[in-house]
Amino acid sequence: MKTFRHLGPRRPIRFAALACAAALAMAMPANAQLRVDITRGKVEPLPIAVPDFQGEDPGSAAYGRQVAEVIANDLARSGLFRPIDKRAFIQAPADIGVQPRFGDWRLINAQALVNGLARVEQDGRLAVEFRLWDVFAQQQMIGTRYRTTPDNWRVVAHRIADKIYQRITGESGYFDSRVVYVDESGPAARRIKRLAIMDQDGANHRYLTSGEHLVLTPRFSPTEQEITFLSFVNNRPRVYVYNIDTGQQEVLGDFPGMTFAPRFSPDGTTVIMSMARNGNSEIYAMDLRTRRVRRLTNHPAIDTSPSVSPDGKRLVFNSDRSGQQQIYVMDIEGGNARRVSFGDGRYATPVWSPRGDLVAFTKINRGRFSIGVMRPDGTGERILVTDFLVEGPTWAPNGRVLMYFRQPRARPGAKRPGPRLFSIDLTGHNEREIDTPRDASDPAWSPLKR
Amino acid sequence: MRFGILAVFLTAATLWGCGSTADREASGPAAGDAGAAAASGTTAGEGIASTELSTQPAVPPGTPEDFVVNVGDRVHFGFDRFDLTEEARGVLRGQAEWLKRHVSITVTVAGHADERGTREYNLALGERRAISVRNFLIALGVEPDRIRTVSYGKERPVDPASTEEAWAQNRRGVTQVDISSLRVSN
Repeated sequence: MKTFRHLGPRRPIRFAALACAAALAMAMPANAQLRVDITRGKVEPLPIAVPDFQGEDPGSAAYGRQVAEVIANDLARSGLFRPIDKRAFIQAPADIGVQPRFGDWRLINAQALVNGLARVEQDGRLAVEFRLWDVFAQQQMIGTRYRTTPDNWRVVAHRIADKIYQRITGESGYFDSRVVYVDESGPAARRIKRLAIMDQDGANHRYLTSGEHLVLTPRFSPTEQEITFLSFVNNRPRVYVYNIDTGQQEVLGDFPGMTFAPRFSPDGTTVIMSMARNGNSEIYAMDLRTRRVRRLTNHPAIDTSPSVSPDGKRLVFNSDRSGQQQIYVMDIEGGNARRVSFGDGRYATPVWSPRGDLVAFTKINRGRFSIGVMRPDGTGERILVTDFLVEGPTWAPNGRVLMYFRQPRARPGAKRPGPRLFSIDLTGHNEREIDTPRDASDPAWSPLKR
Repeated sequence: MRFGILAVFLTAATLWGCGSTADREASGPAAGDAGAAAASGTTAGEGIASTELSTQPAVPPGTPEDFVVNVGDRVHFGFDRFDLTEEARGVLRGQAEWLKRHVSITVTVAGHADERGTREYNLALGERRAISVRNFLIALGVEPDRIRTVSYGKERPVDPASTEEAWAQNRRGVTQVDISSLRVSN
């Protein structure tokens, strides 16, 4: 569908720029590389210039402008980059085929430069190419050309932003991804909840369900084409699977009790969920092909909120078998359940990171809620954010950013403030509200699009 | 005849729904004798005596509002608990007697939790509460197939405030008469 190729070797450096750079290069350590270390706490955002991508005709130029804007916004929201105000640019966006005049970008302190080109071709397809430059080293870091249908221009922009993020941080990006969440409206006692989906930057927002039935806890399949969630159709809370392409939804199995807390396994073959029988919630795995069901827990306590490790070998879940909610890890077949949370308070909603190295959770302690992370063995607990109510973390596909929802305390007599979505870095920095049309809860981040 | 009863119920239910949650909870005990004209005092003045009439009309027996007003439709739970308090057991004994008098009526017990828990755990907790109520009613002789359960977790608070009092009201099991079972009753 979309094709790209790496651009050829960069052109010879111009002498004027070289002379200028030589003086600066002496002040820099040998082999200095433009790099942002995102594992440190608070990092100074990297100043980056993203001028409008060039276009030879007005139609192409419009795409060029929009692509550059989406890239700059993605990079800015990550908190790791600071796109420089275009009005400060000395150099007009130049032909991407020509070496930039680095001195002009150094003067406005741009450490990195992204320039590019958009072109609507004879056959109606859109070509976009870009180059990322290390301004001080005067080197091209990457360059790629994409060809696709014009309606994919946003996807191309997000992929370019992902490439830039990856080249400079060393971590894979997360901009070409989506978020499904629960849109909320109406009074608290009769809240109307609908599934809604949007790109991670808020674009392409649309509703998936009408609000006729209460819906909760949507989660993506690994192909990001399906969503499993809880719906109260006919006031019977049961797990459903919704196909994003066809808009069809079906109930998963026909069980006597409530099914809830669903999540796909990382290979997409199985949905792990809770089922309540005579008041007792256990965790089950349903094979989506054979529809056969296996019970994974067997305990009179509440066992819920399962999440499978990315290697598919283990499962983290929530249980109150010790007397209050704690986090447990067990084998994927159900054996060897072991408690891993031992801090003060109650622990809930464990979600295994897509990198496998951490488990995110909601913690309730002394009347306050926190979002935190710990290693799967329970060590290295870190709290990222604490408030009256923060809940339901979900991982960005690169395992570096978390999204969750926050609901402020409702003052007696005052209008109840609704929940909103927020994202935060794994470091605990760069907390940002996610713009949604109305109140929002239960976010779930998609994998990277393929 | 049945439509008449239903009409009365609907009217009463509409009026009932207009009251705030606080009104509703407070009116519980006093409502027991709502059928009698509750005179709240007489005033003699210039030869005219007036008597305040109860605003609440008599409740037809065997109706959902009869159940709510004269029996009590809900019990409350402690924080993160699903065991029945002595007070809750008293309410449920009344519910069981009423259900045994109106044998064609079926009910749905809805379990609820306050906002101080996480969503999925609260669904499980609400289920436990609903089952606690159901099991107690069954132990008192109500047929199991007359009692359905559902959990709403923290999704349907009666009081949306973030106070201890509101949370106590929201941790509840509510027994609701199935309207569909009224149509087949005598």
